[in-house]
Amino acid sequence: MKRTDIQSILIIGAGPIIIGQACEFDYSGAQACKALKEEGYRVILVNSNPATIMTDPGMADAIYIEPVNWRTVARIIEKERPDALLPTMGGQTALNTALDLVREGVLEKHGVELIAASRAAIDMAEDRELFRNAMREIGLETPHSQIARSLEEALSIAGEIGYPVVIRPSFTLGGSGGGIAYNREELEDIVARGLDASPTSEVLLEESVIGWKEFEMEVVRDHKDNCIIVCSIENLDPMGVHTGDSITVAPALTLTDKEYQRMRDASIAVLRKIGVDTGGSNVQFAVNPRDGRLLVIEMNPRVSRSSALASKATGFPIAKIAAKLAVGYTLDELKNDITGGATPASFEPSIDYVVTKVPRFTFEKFPAANDRLTTQMKSVGEVMAIGRTFQESLQKALRGLETGLDGLSPILKLPLDEDGQTKLAYELRAPGADRLLYAADAFRAGWSFERIAELTRIDPWFLAQIEDLIAEERRIGAEGFGALSAERLRLLKRKGFSDSRLGRLLDMPEKAVRAKRHDLGIRPVYKRVDTCAGEFATSTAYLYSTYEEECEAQPTGRRKIMILGGGPNRIGQGIEFDYCCVHAALSLREDGFETIMVNCNPETVSTDYDTSDRLYFEPLTLEDVLEVLAKEQPEGVIVQFGGQTPLKLSRALEEAGAPIIGTSPDSIDVAEDRERFQALVRRLGLKQPANATARTEDQAVVLAREVGFPLVVRPSYVLGGRAMEIVFNEEDLRTYMGHAVQVSNDSPVLLDRFLDVAIEVDVDAVCDGEEVLIGGIMEHVEQAGVHSGDSGCCLPPNSLSAEIQESLRDQTRRLAKALSVVGLMNVQFAIQNGVIYVLEVNPRASRTVPFVSKATGLPLAKIAARVMTGRTLRDQRATASTVPPYYSVKEAVFPFIKFPESDPILGPEMKSTGEVMGTGRTFGEAYAKAQTASGVTLPRKGVCFISVRDRDKTGAVGLARRLIARGFEVVATEGTAQALTEAGIACRRVNKVREGRPHVVDMIKNDEIDLIVNTTEGKLAIRESNSIRREAVHHRVTYYTTLAAGLATCEALDHLDEVEVNRLQDLHQEALTG
Amino acid sequence: MSVPAVLALADGTIFRGQSIGAKGNTTGEVVFNTALTGYQEILTDPSYARQIVTLTCPHIGNTGATPEDLESTQIYAAGLVIRDLPPRASNWRASESLGEFLERGRVVAIAGIDTRRLTRILRETGAQAGCIMTGEQVDTAAAVKAARRFPGLKGMDLAKVVTAKRSFQWNEGTVWPESSRAPIRSHQRLHVVAYDFGIKRNILRLLADFGCRLTVVPAQTSAEEALALAPDGIFLSNGPGDPEPCDYAITATRKFLETDIPVFGICLGHQILGLACGARTMKMKFGHHGANHPVQDLDSGRVFITSQNHGFAVDETTLPANVRATHRSLFDGSLQGLALEDRPAFGFQGHPEASPGPHDMKPLFERFNHLMLRRLQTQLRQAEELARRQSQTAVR
Repeated sequence: MKRTDIQSILIIGAGPIIIGQACEFDYSGAQACKALKEEGYRVILVNSNPATIMTDPGMADAIYIEPVNWRTVARIIEKERPDALLPTMGGQTALNTALDLVREGVLEKHGVELIAASRAAIDMAEDRELFRNAMREIGLETPHSQIARSLEEALSIAGEIGYPVVIRPSFTLGGSGGGIAYNREELEDIVARGLDASPTSEVLLEESVIGWKEFEMEVVRDHKDNCIIVCSIENLDPMGVHTGDSITVAPALTLTDKEYQRMRDASIAVLRKIGVDTGGSNVQFAVNPRDGRLLVIEMNPRVSRSSALASKATGFPIAKIAAKLAVGYTLDELKNDITGGATPASFEPSIDYVVTKVPRFTFEKFPAANDRLTTQMKSVGEVMAIGRTFQESLQKALRGLETGLDGLSPILKLPLDEDGQTKLAYELRAPGADRLLYAADAFRAGWSFERIAELTRIDPWFLAQIEDLIAEERRIGAEGFGALSAERLRLLKRKGFSDSRLGRLLDMPEKAVRAKRHDLGIRPVYKRVDTCAGEFATSTAYLYSTYEEECEAQPTGRRKIMILGGGPNRIGQGIEFDYCCVHAALSLREDGFETIMVNCNPETVSTDYDTSDRLYFEPLTLEDVLEVLAKEQPEGVIVQFGGQTPLKLSRALEEAGAPIIGTSPDSIDVAEDRERFQALVRRLGLKQPANATARTEDQAVVLAREVGFPLVVRPSYVLGGRAMEIVFNEEDLRTYMGHAVQVSNDSPVLLDRFLDVAIEVDVDAVCDGEEVLIGGIMEHVEQAGVHSGDSGCCLPPNSLSAEIQESLRDQTRRLAKALSVVGLMNVQFAIQNGVIYVLEVNPRASRTVPFVSKATGLPLAKIAARVMTGRTLRDQRATASTVPPYYSVKEAVFPFIKFPESDPILGPEMKSTGEVMGTGRTFGEAYAKAQTASGVTLPRKGVCFISVRDRDKTGAVGLARRLIARGFEVVATEGTAQALTEAGIACRRVNKVREGRPHVVDMIKNDEIDLIVNTTEGKLAIRESNSIRREAVHHRVTYYTTLAAGLATCEALDHLDEVEVNRLQDLHQEALTG
Repeated sequence: MSVPAVLALADGTIFRGQSIGAKGNTTGEVVFNTALTGYQEILTDPSYARQIVTLTCPHIGNTGATPEDLESTQIYAAGLVIRDLPPRASNWRASESLGEFLERGRVVAIAGIDTRRLTRILRETGAQAGCIMTGEQVDTAAAVKAARRFPGLKGMDLAKVVTAKRSFQWNEGTVWPESSRAPIRSHQRLHVVAYDFGIKRNILRLLADFGCRLTVVPAQTSAEEALALAPDGIFLSNGPGDPEPCDYAITATRKFLETDIPVFGICLGHQILGLACGARTMKMKFGHHGANHPVQDLDSGRVFITSQNHGFAVDETTLPANVRATHRSLFDGSLQGLALEDRPAFGFQGHPEASPGPHDMKPLFERFNHLMLRRLQTQLRQAEELARRQSQTAVR
């Protein structure tokens, strides 16, 4: 029964998107908020991530976009006095924060009850030693392990555990210094290294379970001890690769009932032992493929990434149910929505399809990073696909990744030369992002099944499926296009071959394959995800395509709009676009349209079955989208909101007759085509940086002389600044051209004069073709040259004059009208010496839309979606923009800690995974909060190391003055020190690394430095100073690679103590009236 | 090359796929089972006699077959319908592939059809007769006709058909390590007479784990013969077909209920217990076949996930006054458990022995065990009392 002794509940969100903690927690948090509001509780939410649906004003009664740490949450508790705290919806961040609040006595002091998981339960699940003991007590095994503090100790432990042994040095970044020893000699070597690398001179020796089968169980428990398994998940990649980086399938496919039930019993026993009172948990197991020995690896006493996957895979909304269980319901009291309430939530979903999740990596962004997959997660997103068979769902997932694959695309050149052989064996044994593709190549190269199985240790069941697909590919090629009968084509489609892949194998255009397929009458059907394998009828339209006999789509005759989502998260395209898609769906649903979502990202709110009227869980490829279109026949298709993914399809969709609504493709072309855009800018009398378009290296060199160095160079049509660089001379340019033209074959390279020491500005707006609503002007913290996605920004601008701001608004309006924009538009400007330059115009949703909406209270995406269906701004009463009387600062969050080998310098290529927002009465206060929220600890005093490039020397003087005024001591390298001394500033000189020891890196290692401001340019200087930044990351020293950020930090330092927490709804009220 | 096969339903629906088992024809009642694991246990469960089983899980055969996972001596299902048989089975215990297992068991099976469509049809029309025919040129009209000729299970006594021909002893416990706890071994060996209406081995194994010595007797063993074995408990097994025609078993059960010997019935045995008490049974639309069915214990309110496989059920409204409902299905509210108020007898409609399925209901075996021990204790106390009185008499 629902608890009536509590009235208000605080939910802690997960904060920014980072590797290992992504938008799955927006999905879970949003579900929890909805579920608890529905029950009539007053819901209070804290999350620093503005790009989330959960922080939308309507999602909770009081929303705080504030740093997720115990001090801030304590202030919120003081202000809101909640009765209970739900800590299980916001990942590890929320759990840790809740534990801190308990430890600091905050909950006790204010009488706040921790619901769903107790402190003791969280401790037992998190602490390795407590967990191992607990497992032993219930008769479950964990991998044997022990800590060694010396080589002798290590040798004796290894003797007990047996070889191979995994060695993990304690407290090193990214597990560096560890390894696997197969014999005594290797052990001595690795342990010696590990003891040295570990700051505590400790290494953990662990029984190796690498290569064992890996499984996960998603368990839900209520307070009456009813337990259900929502889903079992099997990792195709065996133990040794983090489950977040593994290809996984649901349900588990290679277990007999006896093995499965043993795991089920163990999962439930673990939950009971750990004492998770209510809610969802995840238990991970390793199984020895030779004898079935079962080990418990770990458990998460909270909703996790796997719960999100399990929810999407089964249709069972784990987070929603978990939230209701937390307030006293039992499973049998809750209904299963997907069967229309015909059955209770107290059952175990059965599924009649196979779900495959494939992670998405972005190693190309971090060239120096170690790209081997280990037990530390490195992927930034994932795609999920549903098919009736593993082969179908795998091939759908691969093409949904949007990495250019259309199936098991070859990666090596065949026949293999000797290097190829070596490379292949290495890639199979030491997994990287593309191991499965290499396995496919190994079959192509004729390697034996046994050899591939031994190298990869992937279960033979999966390998046989890959082998079969490759054999099929061979047959396709051999038989040829003409021989493709209806029966044969149907069989191939049932195995998941895309038109594009077939085309490639047959040496025919994708279009021709599709035309033939349609002629032969072979079209997909859509089956429903119903939690019960068809045992009960379902009213929920959660659909996936497959090639079967019976279609269950049952499209309606209503007015409908289809929204194409953003696909898997990656750097440059993430949750912000999902936010926009969800808003489009919600607003158009309110307007009476039937909304249809097409997306394949299981972490998102957009792929919740109740966000839109109908959900097609499909890859966002032309083929898959065209088939949904043909089935649904919507009156409008929205491609503007999902980022580059749907935009890339817009031309082909339009050609195929899709009713794309909003800004016309021709207008989009004007904005994207350099020549046409240049003409437009000229016609409007606006300014652009000098620029040119080059198609060859030589041409680039000639044009560069005209435009003038430094130059921003990039391939056309990219998002997230992929392969974008600033070049300072001809030599750099030639190197770049050789590299970049390879990056994107037939698209030219764009050269822009780089506006140095310019302030960058983003403006988001909505236009209905007639009128323009300016959403907000964002002034970047970092200067031009840092990708806008990586730059902090402030709304309203903190340094731009009213005149400049008015001019920016005016230029935006003129551009919007000239382009006849219908919907969202983003303009990037740069201001140099008071002159405004237009950098680019994007007539589509931008990354900053959610931030602007949270900062101003204007639901831009909703307004734009309505504009696209023909409702004018006037009709929506949305013509007046608001300039809030407070500051909102957005700050980017980076994954450098996961890639310790890569250079954490910022530049024109985007590297951040997420963002946070801080609000305040002054820029300094808002910036301080944003820094804190992004995980940066601002030092209050101590030693600041300053080393800047020549152009920043003058600025460095001002910076040093401010720092000294705030009690810092300044140390600097030669050039900078000289400039400071000349300006009469006391500073200590320190050696650069190449100048001999002790040098600055020694100081960092000795914890003698508290703050670093290091700006640099030019390939050599960047390479030389790399170790400073890397060590700063390693030792968690706060560092900035731009002067602007250093200066902003000075302002923030004044506001570390007086931090007020702001209820978003109150701020929006102020913005509206102020 | 694969051999084509056809599944025809009595309503005329035709599905075309490939043969993956023995060649030939088979007819039976077509049912679907939504369990994700345990196809080998399902195929060898005698309760599936005369039924063609459709498994909704798309890949079947992933782990091959092993003698350890047999629930009886042979495959009892009349046929198997699946979406996909994978190219290779993989499991450390596997000794052969599912295809080989089916062929060896001479069971006709079809793969490659839209099993979800078939499930939808069965859900809407109820269980139907069907026929699988294999071969290059199948006469679909003949297949439909064959399906229509199948008489259906109503009124069909199959327990008689699948039961052991003569009684035998069973002492073997669970073969494969169970994770949650070591089996409780009683020092005292309780003697259970188990009626075989199509008994699953895991029932025998679990009873053995609980310290029972088992005598498995044929379905038509009379009460007198059974009682002559001096049982501590009577077990009524699961089995195929309609319980109503099993008058011999119902009569025998009535007699057991006149004694103080504990009686435990599972599935068909539960229905026979119900009939023996005077309740009625009925044929369900498409029955319960799966491993995810929630059943509520009406005393504690707790919910258990159970394994289910039945097409007939005891009608709760017909329970006599001395019988109470103990469990109900949360899927459709149907009766799942009953207990006599005045006798140590109870029945469960689902499969507490699991295999396949969750182990949530295993405590029912403990309960049976407990009833048997309590009876022994009572007898012991009575004997002691008697002995005391006798010795007192002797002294006097």
